[in-house]
Parts: sequence; structure tokens; C-alpha cells
Amino acid sequence: MSWISPVAPAQVITSAEVLPPAPATKRGWRRRNLWAYGYMTPVLAALALVFGYSFVEVVHYSFYAGSLGQLTYVGTSNYHELFVDPQFITSLFNNIKLLLTVPIVTVLSLSIALMINTTFRGVRQYRMIVFLPYILPATAMGLSFSYLLEGNGVLDALLKNLDLSFLIKDWLGSPSWVMFSIGSVIVWQQFGFGVVVFSAALLAVPGETIEAARIDGANWWIVQWRILIPQIRRIIEFFVILEAIIVISSVFTYVYLLTGGGPAYSSSVMEFFIFQNGFENGSIGIASAAAVVLLAIASVLIAIYIWVRARAAKEAG
Amino acid sequence: MQHVRNLMRHVVLVVLSIASLYPVWFMLSTALKTSHYYTQNPTGFPTHVTLGNFSAVLHDWPLLIWMRNSLVVTIVAVGVSTLISIMAAFAIVFGRVHGRESLFRLSIALLAIPPIALIIPMYTLMVKTHLINSLPSVMIFYTGLLVPFSVFFFVNFFKEIPLELVEAAYMDGASHRRILRSIILPISGASTVTLVIVNAIFVWNELLIALVFLQSNSSKTLMAGLALYQGRFVTNEPLLMAAAFLSILPLGVLYIFGQRFFVRGLTAGMGK
Repeated sequence: MSWISPVAPAQVITSAEVLPPAPATKRGWRRRNLWAYGYMTPVLAALALVFGYSFVEVVHYSFYAGSLGQLTYVGTSNYHELFVDPQFITSLFNNIKLLLTVPIVTVLSLSIALMINTTFRGVRQYRMIVFLPYILPATAMGLSFSYLLEGNGVLDALLKNLDLSFLIKDWLGSPSWVMFSIGSVIVWQQFGFGVVVFSAALLAVPGETIEAARIDGANWWIVQWRILIPQIRRIIEFFVILEAIIVISSVFTYVYLLTGGGPAYSSSVMEFFIFQNGFENGSIGIASAAAVVLLAIASVLIAIYIWVRARAAKEAG
Repeated sequence: MQHVRNLMRHVVLVVLSIASLYPVWFMLSTALKTSHYYTQNPTGFPTHVTLGNFSAVLHDWPLLIWMRNSLVVTIVAVGVSTLISIMAAFAIVFGRVHGRESLFRLSIALLAIPPIALIIPMYTLMVKTHLINSLPSVMIFYTGLLVPFSVFFFVNFFKEIPLELVEAAYMDGASHRRILRSIILPISGASTVTLVIVNAIFVWNELLIALVFLQSNSSKTLMAGLALYQGRFVTNEPLLMAAAFLSILPLGVLYIFGQRFFVRGLTAGMGK
């Protein structure tokens, strides 16, 4: 399950950056300042502890080797080690491979959203059903998928019954197919989220625009391509960025449950690499250096996301 | 032509619905089979329904303890983060202080920070403070992780409240506490429920942090417990599927009855 919660995009997309002016009051500055600072303090404390402290310490640990309690300073050698470690390189590339799920999810869910962009019987029920995977715990669903996809598992049995034996594979045990399988599960989970986000965006497109185009003789395809998709372009951009953040930084649960990073380390991702080094091998320094690299990548994505937000807010006026 | 298109649409949607639900159906149908019957016919309909797997996991596994732990952690983390975020958002929107813009921007920037990048320092901190292996360790971490989105969510909601409403109350001499309690909170009910649901899903489903922080069997949350028992019972599919199904049940029920709030949360602010 992604950490970015289901309601995030709609809010993220539509809100402008600008705050309204603070209300005028008849009391003095000082007094007003005090209560507002007081109200912000618990949140500031929570952010300082969980984010501030952790940022400083993770960078700090990345220059040390050894286990907790007997750390020795090693300079930047953890970083050098990281980039010659074949498991780290594989993990990094696996995250990049998973980025391929982003266009797949986007195109698939956008097509379906366009297809159901009318009122007909059952449309709400369909949308509710395809959204369900997005909220279900990845741990439980990972367990289910591990039986469906294992070698000689349910999927293979199904393929055999359908006389498609040539497709039978050890979906989770073969190094060349394992990332494809994990990617498919991610598409399964994220698809309904896209459908709901895009459906909501399409509903907001003014009906008159579409009517006008129809009267001018535009057919169904032209309406989709020239009018609807351009109108929700910003929301598509946000969705793509959010999905990219998700596959870079929150796919641990599926990897852990489906393969444990295996076979060997062929399905390890950066999160899994950090987890394994930090908590199974006790290499806090290496794990922290990898965490800093991940933070750097995440920061680039977050920067793009803030930039797109600012641009959209400016457009909205 | 219209008729054919309609039919095709339903075919596509039925296929997608089956694909969405099949892993859940597989979970339930397997949970209702005996181990013996499952081995013979893993995909078949459970003709001889047994509830033995459910009673086995409820009696022989610490499943109820894990559920209770998950529930306690969810209530505390979501409760605390919601409360402090409402206060901060109120100060950001209605307070006249320096740094209110910065705090709002900070929340946006921290929205998408991967928890794995914070986990090593938080772990060592919890070891030093002897909180490791106890529920407060994950409660603190989750609360912090929920704050950026919660602040962001409430600021966006409070921004839509007409300023005159608050100004008039100020002029009448109402205190900020009174304004929050008697004006802001009463109109924030539905939004708060939406946020609570969304945050509760995150905490209930979270695996990574719980797995690392809660090592002893009796302190585990449901997801951490399930992940542990996967290794132990991997060859007893019906048993594991029964436990997995029980773990998704609360969310499923919440989704069916609270769907309104999911949809509202997702589409809030879209229709303008």
C-alpha cells in the first residue's frame, strides 16, 4: 500500500498554493501571535522528530560503518561501496523497471475512465469494484498473489486447463519474469485509483464545451482526443508524478511478501535493499547511504511535483 | 450500433471487475476449504464449506491480539495526528503569524517522503529510549508520517470557509478557542471523517515499520503478524488465507458503508 493516501491527488491537484489573508482582529499582534504559535507547536514538534531528526541522522550514519554502539567514521566509502554493489545496482534498476508500470496504469485507467464517462446502469458499482484493490492491505493481497503466481500455482494450473501450457512459468521464481509479475500486481492495485481520479476530473469538464464540439461535427474520438484529454492534462501530469513516487518509494510490501527479493536478489528494490542491510545484515552505514540516495531521487520527484503544482495554480489564476 | 457499443462496454467492465475481485475471491474460497480439498482442487468452488480454518486462526494464532494492537495503534496515531493537524491548520489559515506559509509549504514537500528513508534513525532512537518492541514506538512514527497530509488536507478545507464568518466572531469578542470549537469544528465533520478513514487505512495496512519495530509476537500488529506467519504456515494455504481474509474484512465493511466518504475525499474540490 502506498503511503500517499487515496484522497491526496484530488486535493493536491485542485488547491492553489496561496493562503487567504489572516482575519483582521481588534486585539494586539503579540497576543494573536502567541496562540497561533502554540497551535502550531505540536505539529512542528512531530515533524521535527520524525522528519528533521531522521534526515540529519540518516546522513550522519551514512558516513559510518559497524553496528549500533560501535560505529566508526569511514568518510564517503559507503557511497563508493554502494555503487559497486551488484545488489544495489540491481535494486536501483528494478525500481526503474517498475517505472514502466506508470504509463501502463495511466493509459489503461484513462481509457476506462473515458469509456465510462457517461451515465449508465451500474457505472458506480463498476467504479467501486475496481477501486477496491487500492485500499486493501498489500500484505493480505500479497499473500493471495503469492499462491496465484507461484510455480505450479493457480495461474499455471489455469493456463494448463486452457491449453496454454506454453505460457506456464515460474512467475515469481524466474529471474527474467519476476519483475514483470511484481509490476503486474502493482498495475492491479493502482488501476482503480486512476479510474476514480480521472473519472472525477472528466466529470468536471463543462458539458457545453463537448456539446459545442458535437454540434460542429466532431465525432466521439475527436471529442476524447481534442477536448477531454487536453482539459484534464494537468491532472494526468499529477497522476504520473504521484505514480512515479509510489513505485520508487512504496513497493516494499509486495516485494517482501511475493519474493523476499529473490531469486537471489533479482527482485530487490531500493526499499528492500535498505531494509535488508539495515535490519538483517546490520550494515547501518550502507543502508543509510542507500537511504540518502533514495531521498535524493525522491526529492527530485517532489520538486517536479511542486513545480507542476505551482504552474497549475498559476494557470487557474 | 449504440447497442453494440453498450454491450462491449459491459463486457470490458465485467472482465476488469473479475480481475479486481479474483484475488479476494481466491482468498475467501480457499479459506472455506479443508487443506486436503484445496490440494485437490485449488481453483474450484468450495462445495464442502468448512469454517474450521477461521476458528483455527482465531483460537490457535494470536490473531485477536494482533487485531487489538492494530486497532489501538490506528486509533491513537490517527486521533493524535488529526487533532494536532486541525490545530495547526487553524493557526495557518486564521492566525496572523510569521511562518504560516512556510509550514504549509513544508507539509506539501514532506507529503511524499518515503518512510524507509527515515526508518534507521527512528529505529535507533526507539532502541535508545527503550520504546522498541512496544506499540508507542510505531504510534509515534505513524503520527509523524500522517501529519503532513493531514495539515495539508485541513488547510485546503479551512481556506474555503468565508473569512467574514471568523472576522465577525472576532469582532464580537470570541476567543480563538471558541471560534475553533463553535464555528470551525461543527462544519468540518464530513471532512474530518474522510481524513480519518484515509489515515486509518494507511496505519492499518502498514507493514514495513511494524515489521521492523515490533519483534515480539504479542506486540505485533495484524500485518506484521501475517507476514511472520507466512513463513511458518506457507504450506497450509487455507489457514493463511483465512487469516488474510479476516485482516481485510474490517476495511471491506468500512468501504461498503463509508464509500460516500471515500468518494467525497477523492473528488473534493474537483467540481469547480
